[in-house]
Amino acid sequence: MIAIIDYGAGNLNSIQKALEYIGQKTVIINSAEKEDVDKYNGLVLPGVGAFPGAMGRLKNNNFLPFIREFVDSGKPFLGICLGMQLLFEWGYEDKKTPGLGLLSGEVVRISSDYKIPHMGWNQLKILKDDPLFADLPENPHFYFVHSYQLSELTDDTEAVVEYGVEIPAVVRKKNIIGLQFHPEKSGDNGIQMLKNFGEML
Amino acid sequence: MLKKRIIPCLDIKDGRVVKGVNFVDLIDAGDPVESARKYNQLGADELVFLDITATKEKRKTLTELVEKVAAEVFIPLTVGGGIKNVEDMQLILRAGADKVSLNSAAVKSPNLVSKGAQIFGSQCIVGAVDAAKKKSGKGWEIFIRGGSKKTGIDLLKWVKELEELGAGEILLTSINTDGTRDGFDIEMLKAVTEAVNVPVIASGGAGSIQHFIEVFENTGVDAALAASIFHFGEIAIKDVKKELDKSGIPVRIED
Repeated sequence: MIAIIDYGAGNLNSIQKALEYIGQKTVIINSAEKEDVDKYNGLVLPGVGAFPGAMGRLKNNNFLPFIREFVDSGKPFLGICLGMQLLFEWGYEDKKTPGLGLLSGEVVRISSDYKIPHMGWNQLKILKDDPLFADLPENPHFYFVHSYQLSELTDDTEAVVEYGVEIPAVVRKKNIIGLQFHPEKSGDNGIQMLKNFGEML
Repeated sequence: MLKKRIIPCLDIKDGRVVKGVNFVDLIDAGDPVESARKYNQLGADELVFLDITATKEKRKTLTELVEKVAAEVFIPLTVGGGIKNVEDMQLILRAGADKVSLNSAAVKSPNLVSKGAQIFGSQCIVGAVDAAKKKSGKGWEIFIRGGSKKTGIDLLKWVKELEELGAGEILLTSINTDGTRDGFDIEMLKAVTEAVNVPVIASGGAGSIQHFIEVFENTGVDAALAASIFHFGEIAIKDVKKELDKSGIPVRIED
């Protein structure tokens, strides 16, 4: 069973439907108050909304210790879009806000001459081998919608996307995975990547 | 590099895709889920559903349709037609749409755009605009109610306002070129893409592959939308993309 964290803002429908489409069982949880890490073999932090509000709601609904415990258990934790950005130490959307601090790095506004948000289909440049990329075409396309990004390529960066600047698009440290794009909106490639995530469960 | 998007538009009436008389069986049955699935396979980058029934009783049919499509087709979905308030937007987005498009309602109550952007984020709000050349020949004015009602509002002023209100994208249809199949309204699209910084979707006038090349080469649009030529199977999205690629225009083609 994969738990999808509901922190009020995101449209969880798409990611839930995509995971169910590939045969995963899912449940949406909106508070960690009475939750038990042992019940789930995967955790997904989806992403639509703004950084400070999302952190605030995660905190208010007791998700911070739950996420920490889940990550320590070694089971896969997937952050999507804003959910990826929340994995880092600091976010600079609206105001400087501490993130989950699971990965090192800061989230800043995209400083490209191109239009912001970075919205549409763009291609990954894969930097590291990872089963996450299994059975995907070379330089696979994914659907992006975001105005903020991880400020620089960190050691955990596994793929980047070119948008006037190189933007980290996939990060991973052991069981913690972040995707800047929306696999649930990226057609066949997105479904394949979610299947690859499913293989890790 | 970000890719230029090709977007088929499906007109929906009473929960079915409406098709023309010259229809050949590329997209069969008029079942929206089936159509969406096929367009996804054929390389559509995004889908727009335009509800042309748009009465209150039919709203439920539309949300059910969006739910069904969203459970099977995993590319961005925009839904428009008759959305009048935040509750409508919420229903459609909850059903699985990624964006809602607002046309007449935005003109009547511009704060609907800002409210929507605040609640759901700008990326969810598409400002749809129908415009035609002014009688004077200088500039364009916008029309509402499916292009039937003149407003006297200047197009460039309005798209800038939409951007300020928080629309994350502009879907611009030229009444002058719509249905002509003589090509997109290059002059109008150029003026709009120079006036705003948000992505612009070109609509109205696509009749050949060459028209897609022209619109991307000569204007700053990010996407091009067409309905009939795709439905009737006259032009395949894959062929459009192949030719765009040959002309050096970045498109999503998977190796």
